Parts: sequence; structure tokens; C-alpha cells
Amino acid sequence: MKKLSARRRHPLAAVVVLLLALAATGGLYAAFAPADKAQAEETAQSLAIDEGKKLYSVGCSSCHGTGGQGGSDGPSLVGVGSAAVDFQVSTGRMPAQQPGAQVPKKKAIYSQAEIDQLSAYIASLGAGPVTPTEKQYNPEGADIGKGGELFRNNCAQCHNFTGQGGALTHGKYAPNLADVSPKHIYEAMQTGPQNMPSFPDTTMPEQQKRDIIGYLQSVNSEKADNPGGLTLGGLGPVSEGLFAWIFGLGALIGVAVWVAARTAKARKS
Amino acid sequence: MSTQDIPEENLPSEQDAGHAAVAEADAKDPFADPGLPPHEHRIQDIDERAAKRSERTVALLFTLSMVATVAFIASFVAFPVDKIVYIFPFGRISALNFSLGLTLGIALFCIGAGAVHWARTLMSDVEIADERHPIEATPEVKAKVMDDFRQGAKESGFGRRKLIRNTMFGALTLVPLSGLVLLRDLGPLPEDKLRHTLWSKGKLLVNQNTNEPLRPSDVRVGSLTFCKPEGLEEHDHDFQTQIAKAALMVVRIKPDDIKDKQQREWAHEGIVAYSKICTHVGCPISLYEQQTHHVLCPCHQSTFDLSDGARVIFGPAGHALPQLRIGVNEEGYLEALGDFEEPVGPAFWERG
Amino acid sequence: MSTEETKTAPAADSGRKAPAGERVADWADGRLGIYGLAKANMRKIFPDHWSFMLGEICLYSFIIIILTGVYLTLFFHPSMNEVEYHGSYIPMQGQLVSEAFNSTMHISFDVRGGLLIRQIHHWAALIFVAAMLVHMMRVFFTGAFRKPREVNWVFGFLLLVLGMFTGFTGYSLPDDLLSGTGVRFMQGAILSVPVVGTYLSMFLFGGEFPGGDFVARFYSIHILLLPGIMLGLLVAHLILVFYHKHTQFAGPGKTNKNVVGMPLLPVYMAKAGGFFFLVFGVIAVVAAVASINPIWAIGPYRPDMVGTGAQPDWYMGFSEGLIRVMPGWEINLWGHTLVLGVFIPLIIFPLVLVSIAVYPFIESWVTGDKREHHILDRPRNAPTRTAFGVAWLTWYFVLLVGGGNDIWATHFNLSINAITWFVRIAFFVAPVLAFVATKRICLGLQRRDKDKVLHGRESGIIKRLPHGEFIEVHEPLSQEDLHTLTAHEQYEPVAIGATTDENGVERKVSASQKLRAKLSEGYYGEDNQIPKPTADEYKEITSGHGHH
Repeated sequence: MKKLSARRRHPLAAVVVLLLALAATGGLYAAFAPADKAQAEETAQSLAIDEGKKLYSVGCSSCHGTGGQGGSDGPSLVGVGSAAVDFQVSTGRMPAQQPGAQVPKKKAIYSQAEIDQLSAYIASLGAGPVTPTEKQYNPEGADIGKGGELFRNNCAQCHNFTGQGGALTHGKYAPNLADVSPKHIYEAMQTGPQNMPSFPDTTMPEQQKRDIIGYLQSVNSEKADNPGGLTLGGLGPVSEGLFAWIFGLGALIGVAVWVAARTAKARKS
Repeated sequence: MSTQDIPEENLPSEQDAGHAAVAEADAKDPFADPGLPPHEHRIQDIDERAAKRSERTVALLFTLSMVATVAFIASFVAFPVDKIVYIFPFGRISALNFSLGLTLGIALFCIGAGAVHWARTLMSDVEIADERHPIEATPEVKAKVMDDFRQGAKESGFGRRKLIRNTMFGALTLVPLSGLVLLRDLGPLPEDKLRHTLWSKGKLLVNQNTNEPLRPSDVRVGSLTFCKPEGLEEHDHDFQTQIAKAALMVVRIKPDDIKDKQQREWAHEGIVAYSKICTHVGCPISLYEQQTHHVLCPCHQSTFDLSDGARVIFGPAGHALPQLRIGVNEEGYLEALGDFEEPVGPAFWERG
Repeated sequence: MSTEETKTAPAADSGRKAPAGERVADWADGRLGIYGLAKANMRKIFPDHWSFMLGEICLYSFIIIILTGVYLTLFFHPSMNEVEYHGSYIPMQGQLVSEAFNSTMHISFDVRGGLLIRQIHHWAALIFVAAMLVHMMRVFFTGAFRKPREVNWVFGFLLLVLGMFTGFTGYSLPDDLLSGTGVRFMQGAILSVPVVGTYLSMFLFGGEFPGGDFVARFYSIHILLLPGIMLGLLVAHLILVFYHKHTQFAGPGKTNKNVVGMPLLPVYMAKAGGFFFLVFGVIAVVAAVASINPIWAIGPYRPDMVGTGAQPDWYMGFSEGLIRVMPGWEINLWGHTLVLGVFIPLIIFPLVLVSIAVYPFIESWVTGDKREHHILDRPRNAPTRTAFGVAWLTWYFVLLVGGGNDIWATHFNLSINAITWFVRIAFFVAPVLAFVATKRICLGLQRRDKDKVLHGRESGIIKRLPHGEFIEVHEPLSQEDLHTLTAHEQYEPVAIGATTDENGVERKVSASQKLRAKLSEGYYGEDNQIPKPTADEYKEITSGHGHH
């Protein structure tokens, strides 16, 4: 302390004090002001988590366990992330109605606010993919050609060339992607729901996911052009063959019957 | 196919004893052929107004065809090739394709319908019976032919001069060989081409999506990534042929879930790399179910268990998918530790 | 003869002037002999029946395929050089595609009417093969393949097989992801051939799969080699139809020695000629409303990519079924691999087709009948043949189900594995069940015919007899109907006869004779056909008053 008091009158002392004061003020501000906001958010977050936990105990815990650790009927939810919850619950797949080869899509039973609370609770159990923002999945400006190539390489083997869906083993299936929202497609690629493998950003960057979504919208939606006419389900040769037999050959045989039939005779009067 | 031993009475009797006999037999046989029924007139045959109506219908159909052809040409000129219109129930379809097809169809169909209606209602519909004649030649004709043949054969000396006959057969047998030999250069010999792929020690695993080498941390449990060997680019002239053998499927399985010991050793921290080419007939197999670790082939449903040495658990494939031994180089990228140890893709005779 | 001509020709000139058409015909006759040809054929009689026009559907769709195919060759580039796509289809921009794919995209999007012609070509091809199969079934079930038409049956069969392969090579030309997968399958199947498989594959593809040659090679096979052979067979097929004259169903006035119908000129000229336009019109409308093989949605071929639902066109579907349901047998011996899992289906594939093709020869051997047959059988009157045909069709259909097992799975919420197992079992069981059931149905129908002949047709009029009983009045059949229902032939089973002659010396009976006797018993023995009513039976019943 002696040393300090000895230098109190040093010409630079005022500058040092000033700097210290500034640093302290700034530090204090940095320490306190945002802390208020963060605290508020944290409170909201923990409220959401609490609400989510309540919803969870009522609707999910019977299969996934009271703490999300999983059980005989459902997998562990630790680390699946909020994106997985958002996908599963807002497409109506969860809560599942009955065990089976695959849990089908149905009408969602939770509101978006409830889904967010559930997501918050599950996300609090362990870090995982976060629900994407619109900026992430909005396909505007996507490279559709590239998206097509990516789709054929990564997705078409299960979902068919234009996303009409296809069969997997033992009654499982890859669903049709016609009316799936961009957000859900994005979440599915990110999280890999049920038996679908995931395509994380490390192997398929965000931009490529948007390209795929853009491609899908251009070939498998109401806006898609089908210059040739009826797509017959987009299933390829099986439906084409059926159409050729029923409407092609069927019509021709009908015509043949007319050509060969006897003309009506005049009634004998 | 000899029929000598079939007694004639075992064959059913001929239906008809000829026309004249039919009428006579009538009295006795209740099932006898009553002969062609008398011709009945159509309305058009007896009512000129009905005939006129038919004529007008036929003419209308031909006229409709002309109109449709004009419409065909008009749509060809009027619609741009890329014009898309929405038409229920077909969807958003090409205006040109739809209008051309429809007008062409109508133009053709109306010609056909007109001609057939004409034939059906206005041309004579009196049924005529035409006699058939046996196809087999009469014995006299046959005898004449056989005689001619024998004489010709004799004059040629074919049977007598055996040297000529035999050398001619020899020459005719050999000459097609030239044609066969010429086919030799259709392609190279197989040699060991089917045994090797582009993979070799130190080649990095390049992610097909990003065209960047893959790091172990990029590959999550449950994810699916397709890789090609470092240095192979889409623009390479032999890209298709090389990727047909080298295509790779990379997944990560929790090491504890891997049942096969060799598979665990050839993996890197649970990251396993398998050939993407099905061992059945070579479809790119990649329907990976991340919970069951099964891969299904979309072509013929061969199913492999990626957690158990990719052995076949269903379907027509005969052996497991070949695994590529991988490791990590100093820079932390995944690399191959050599080529596949067995041929990838469909089995073949020399595979062994 | 020549002196006569020189005499008459100036006379005709100096006298009245023959009409221009006649003079042209005279000119042609002097060189081609057309009057002789026309005399035999111009008023040729064709019987009327809708099923006799199935062959015409084949003929006309074949002509349509050739016409549209020639148009497509004007724009198609059979090359596998890779180019970047920059046509007008947006979702394909910048993709590396082969020139074959690129030119097919060009035909579909940039040539006006190109898409229509492409779709007509492909739809007509599907309908062509379908019509050939149905035509063949008509010939089969009515026994029209019997002498003298066995050769034409074989020609028709070859046309069906060649049609399938022409279709397959054509389907592969656009080099899209779906057809490329089909070619890959074919290559894998070739590899499975013992000893020479790898060599065949290398020679066909000019090296390793896919190489850069197969589109060009398939192209010349598709547009020249196979259609050339088919055209030749087709002409021969038609000449034989003309030469044999058409078969006809039994009926009043129709015998084995005549053919009853309408003349070629004018009725069949108008009907058959008109039918060509009808067929073309229907196919054009189909091509206007329904898309086929949309390669823009499928994408270019890459051997490391695939789409689910990878199927061949329908006529190859049964082979797809064979390959899908086969267990994966593989035998490794002495350093070699026998790929039974692929090779067995490859062998069964032609056998499925051949099994129906050889049937006529088996039947003629069993019956030993060497006479000409021009009156068609009603299927019920040949129960064993009909049952065999239905069993074959069932077999074929089961395999088609197997070929589309993934589509069945998704559309009927079934497990793909369960369908595969179903097909594996049905492959053996279903044809047998179909055979037995069909035969029973045929015999039942024969009994009903017999009943109708003997007791008349049910009139629907209920009569009350004096003692109170209600009966339905049966009307006797007309002479025409009686004849038609009893016109069919019935064979006696071939008996081996005594195995010892009168001196007690044993006669040798060959195994083939025994087999034939067995088969014959199965065809025509008791319980395998209902004896048709005899005149005596009929008279006995109709003379009695008690019949109702």
C-alpha cells in the first residue's frame, strides 16, 4: 500500500484512475444490464420448460419415461433437440396412437405454443438440433438443378424420383413429400425421424437443404408442371402399364366390339 | 408326334358331311346344321331416309376430321412450346401437347369412325360363305414333286460325289467363324477389371454433397453420407464407370451395437464404410433404416444388416456388401486403408 | 400369250379408251400379275367377331410405332458423351447429362409436338405388347393354333418375344435414371452366366459397365435389327392369315370347309382401314392426356443413384418378379461362383414364355389329330386346355405382382416382405389352384349347355299345374342354337390297348406311349369332359310330355 500511496501523485495517476473508472463502469454495465434481460429470458425459458414438462408428463411420459430417458415403448429423448420435437408433434406423429411398423402422420393435437413448450423441455434435457428459423428453410433463390441432383443422390432411393414415397422393410415406408411444409422437410433432414437417417449440416450444409426443398416444390407440389399430362401418381412403369391396359387397350377393345358388332336389324313388321 | 397308333374311330367324326347332306339329315338329326340364316334387312336397307341419315353422319364425321386437322395446325402455330395451362383433372400441362394430341386424335378417330359407320350401315351386310380348300397337296402333286426332287438330286451328283459334299459342308461350316471373330473387338477381356476400384491406401473419403473430404466429427450416429474417392470428379471421362464401382455409403453406428468383430476393426470409432453397389445385380443400395441399421435395395429388396457385417437378411442377394477399411490421416480426415478386399457389385463366375 | 397381248393391246387403243385407272392396272398387271392376286383376295371373306380384331390392334400399333419412331430418330442423338443441360426445363439446369438424355429432353421441351410423338411412341409400345398378349390368349383359348396354323402360332410367339426386347432396348435409350437401373440389372444378370458371363458383359458394353457404348449399340438393335426381323415375321404372319383364311366360331351355316363373313372389298377395307385410324386416334388422345416416362422428373443416369419404385415397363414385369422373389443362392466351389440367385430366374424367364409356346404341339401329340381345324372351340369345351391357359396366366400375374411388390406394399399398406413370401408360395400353388378351379367351372358350363339342349332355356314363366304344383316353363331351343351348342368335337381317350397280342406275346409299350395315354385320359377321360347330348337322348326327352 505504501507503494501505491507513494505514486498517488504521479502525473499519470489521474489517467490510470480514469481508465479504471471507465473499465469498472463498463464492466459493471456489461455485468448487470444484459444480465437483467438474460435473467428475464431465462425466467421465461424456465417457465416454458416447466409448462413443457407438465405437458410431457401428461402426454409423453408413459412411453418415453418420466425424465425422457426412454422406455420399452419409446426411445430416449435426451439430445434429440427441439427440431425433432417440433417435427414429430406438429406433424401429428407424436403422441403415437398405437404401436406398429411406423407411426403415421395425423392431425396435430397440440397448439404451436404448446409444441414450443414441449420443445423447450426436451431441449433442456440435452443439446440437439434446434428448431430452424424461416431464414434457414425458405427455399427462395435455391439452386433447383443442384437440389435435384442432391435429391436423387440422398433422398430418391426411399422417397422416389419426385418424392412420391416408397416402401421399406416389414411395412415401413418413406412417406410422400407432396404436402410437407419446407420447415418439416428441413427438420426431417436435420433430425432423421424414426427410421430415416439424418443429414446433419456437417455433411449437407444448410444451403443444400434449401436447394432440395426448392427442387421438391418445383416437382412435387400444386405448382409443379407436368407437361406430358396426368402423372399417374408419378410411380413410373407400374401405373403406366395399368393405364395402358385399362384405358389404352380397354378403349381399343371397346372400339373393336363396336366395329365387329352386327348393325341393328329392321324390325319385322 | 406320330399318330399311327391312334385308331381312326377314336377321333371325333367330322362335323359336316358337306352342304348338301345337311338338309337331308335334318329330319333325323335334331342337331343338324340348319344352314346360313336368311339375310335380314337393316333399317338403312329398306328406309332411304335412314340411309340418308347414315350418309350424313358419315359425312359429318369426315368433316369433323378436317376441322380437327385445321385446329391441329392452328394450335401448332398458336401455342408456344413452353406454355403451361391448368386443365382439370390433368393438372398443369403443356398447352401444345394437349391440343396437338387431342386434335390429332379427333382427326384420326373421326376418319376411322366414319369409315366403319359407312361399312356398318351402308355397305352390303349379306354374309357370304367362301369355300376352303385343303392345304395339303394331292398325292399326284406330291408324287410329281418328289420325282422332280429325286431327279434334281441325281443330276447334281450330290449323293454320289461325297468329296464335293463333304468339303462343301466343311467350307459352309467354317465361313461364319470370320463373322464371329470380327466381334472380338466389341470389348476388352474381363481380366481382373471387376476386382479393383479406385480406392487405395490413403485416398480420402470425399463427401458427394459438398465435394469436401470427410472428418470423423462430421458423421453423426444415425446420419447417412455418400462418398467418392478423392480425385474422382464428375467431369472425368470415366466418372460413370469408376463411380459404378467406387460408390461408398458411410454411416456411424455406436461401437457397442456392431456385432461383427472384423467390421468393428475395419471401422473408425463406429464409422463404417460399405460399398453402395448391391451384391445382387448392382443397384445402388442405400435405403438405410437408421434404427434397425438395415439397408434395403429399392430394385429387388435385398436387405443387409449394417450392424452385422452387412450380411444378407432378406431377398435375392447372395453375399454381404463389401466393407472398405478406413482410418484417419494426420490431418484428421477419413481415409481408405486400401481397396475393397473382394470384388464389389454382382457376383460372377470368376469371383470365387 | 405374248402374241395375244400384242394383238389385243392396239385393238383396245383404237377402240374405246379404257379409263385411266384401268390402264394403270393393266400396266401393273403386265409386270406384276396383280389381277391374279386380286382375283383370289379382293373379295376374300373375313368373319365378324370383336376378338378377331385384336391382331389388328397389334398390327396398327406396330405401324404407329414405326411412324413415330422414324420421327424420333430425326432428333435423337444416340451418344453417351456428357454435356451440361441448358435447355428450357428449369429443375435440370446445369446438370451433367449424356447427349442421349439431352436430346430426349430437347425433343420433349423444345421441339414442337416432339413430346406428343414421344408419348405416342411409348404408349403405342405398351399397348402393342399388351395387345399381342391378349391376341395370343384369344388364339390359345379358342384353339385357333391347331393345324394348319401351328407355324403362324410360332411366328406370333416370336413377334411377342422380339417385341418385348425391342421395347426394352428402346426404354433404355434416353439414358435416364430409371432405364439405366434396368440396364444395370440386365448387366448383373449377364454376369451371373457361368463361365462366359463376364466376357459377354465386357463385349456388350464395350468394357466395364456402363462405359460409353451401350446407348449407340442398343440404338441400332432397337431401330434396325429387331424391328427388321419383326417386319419380316409380321409379313409372313399376315400372308399365312390370308392363305389359311380366318377361323370362325361354330354356328348355323358355318362348317370346317367354309368361312362365313363379309368380303374384303368393300366391307373389310372400310372396317379394317378405319380401325387403323381408330387405333391411332385413341393412342393420340392417350398421349395427349397422360404422361409416360417423364425423364425430366426421373433425371439422368448415374450408376451410384437410384429411385425407389424402380421397375421395367410392364411386359418385363414378370421377369422382375422372378428376380425379386428368388432366394439369394450362391455356390462357391473351386474358386468359382455359381450365382444361382440370379441365374435361375434368368433361365426360368424364357421357360415361362416357352411353356405356353409349345402347348399346341403337346396338345396335338396327345390327341393325335392330324386334321385341319377351322372351327374355333369355345373355351369351356376344351376344359384342360382352358385350365392350362388360366393357370399360365395366373402364374404370369403372380410374377407381375412380385415385380411390383413395392408399389403393392405402399398402396395396400402391406409389408414388402410378406408380399415377397406370398409370391414365393403362390408361384407354385396358385397355378395349380387356378387349373383345378377353371376345369371345374368349364365342366359346369358344359353341363349347363347340355341341360339347355335337352330341356330348353328357362323362360321365366311360372305355370301352375291343375294339381297345384308350380313349374317354370322351359322353351325349347331353336335349331340354330341346338346346332351351335352341339357342334363341338369330343375326343375319346387314347387307350394303350392290350399289352399282349392274341398269341400271348407281350407287346412293348414305350414310356412315351404310356405318358400319352395318361395325358389323354386326363384330357378326355370320364369326369374330364361332359359327353355332349346325343340325338337319341334329345328325342327321348322331347317326345315325352312330362318335360318341363
